Amino acid sequence: MREMIKMLVVLTVLSTFSGGLLAAINNKTKEKIQIQILEFVKGPAIRTIFEGITNDPIADRFEIKDNETQRSFFVGVFDGEPSAVAIETFGKGGYGGDVGLMVGIDVKEDKLIGVGVTTHSETPGMGARAESDPSFVAQFKGLSLKDPFKVTQDGGTINAISGATLTSRAVCLAASDAEKLYLQLKPQIVEKMKEFKK
Amino acid sequence: MAKSLTQEFVKGLWNEVPPFRLVLGLCPTLAVTKAVENGIGMGVATAFVLVCSNILISSMRKVIPSKVRIASYIVIVATFVTIAELLMQAYTYPLFKKLGIFIPLIVVNCIILGRAEAFASKNGIFRSFLDGLGIGIGFTLSLVALAAVRELLGRGTLTLWEKPIQVMGPAFQPFSFIVEAPGAFLALGLMLCIMNLVGKK
Repeated sequence: MREMIKMLVVLTVLSTFSGGLLAAINNKTKEKIQIQILEFVKGPAIRTIFEGITNDPIADRFEIKDNETQRSFFVGVFDGEPSAVAIETFGKGGYGGDVGLMVGIDVKEDKLIGVGVTTHSETPGMGARAESDPSFVAQFKGLSLKDPFKVTQDGGTINAISGATLTSRAVCLAASDAEKLYLQLKPQIVEKMKEFKK
Repeated sequence: MAKSLTQEFVKGLWNEVPPFRLVLGLCPTLAVTKAVENGIGMGVATAFVLVCSNILISSMRKVIPSKVRIASYIVIVATFVTIAELLMQAYTYPLFKKLGIFIPLIVVNCIILGRAEAFASKNGIFRSFLDGLGIGIGFTLSLVALAAVRELLGRGTLTLWEKPIQVMGPAFQPFSFIVEAPGAFLALGLMLCIMNLVGKK
């Protein structure tokens, strides 16, 4: 019995202590990790989409509250004019879970500048080509924001990656989400973007 | 037979160097040694966890009941691995991405649990610290050595801090098989063979 209690006490104390320690370290490093993820996961995608910008979209970002969620918008300054935003959305229904997509939108003409996959766990060589093969995401370039984006199988215009229809659908969903979000929040976005005029 | 403190430290560098002599911790050894940089990162992370868990386990060895010792060791090791993971995410993100799943997998690395069970649970704090440090450095050096051989033959470069340094001349034909997964086994086997030849008395 005594041994039993000792085992319980030791394990409980140990687990509690390590839990507390980890929570503390997690709190301390949270912000830093957020910045790192912005820089190394979202940064490359944003910079590819906004080719030829003159600012740092990671530094020039703002947030808008949409219902309960805080959304980050990354501003692209072209020729001194803040004329584009990038939003990250997540498309449900990928083969290995949600597919994160960075969507660049031209605010003046309401059309897509480009999209880029940020996070995914799709099959290498199949769905993962959504990230590595630029010809798939290039199809989104210049599309106007009117209808939801769909793959050809669903009556849309986007050619799915062969063998990875699910992934392609998830990307389309994410792009459509970004479109919806943008159209809904447009007045606020335009207002906020004025601050980045240089 | 009691060893001197120096012996406790030095044994990890040659006589008991983990991947080659104890033949433990092979999973990360084979998987991450595609570039020298990955080898260093993995080695340092493992050494950090090993030293910290050895110290803590050694200092708690009289408190932990023997029936739940493995569970306690795993809690301790997992805590330090998570700390290492968070720190790497915060400060060396590209390296963290490259090592990926192998960082959390340090928890189940035989070297760490093996040292806890075979050494730290029976020896004093300072000895356990030296043991952990020696084995950790030995592991790091082994990873670096294996990675250097593979990268040099497979790509003709040595990668340090994100920058590949071209070592071989332009006429060098990369033997890319050796950086692929099967090449890891081949390189490891050859290194084991060399180590045994050199160490043979």
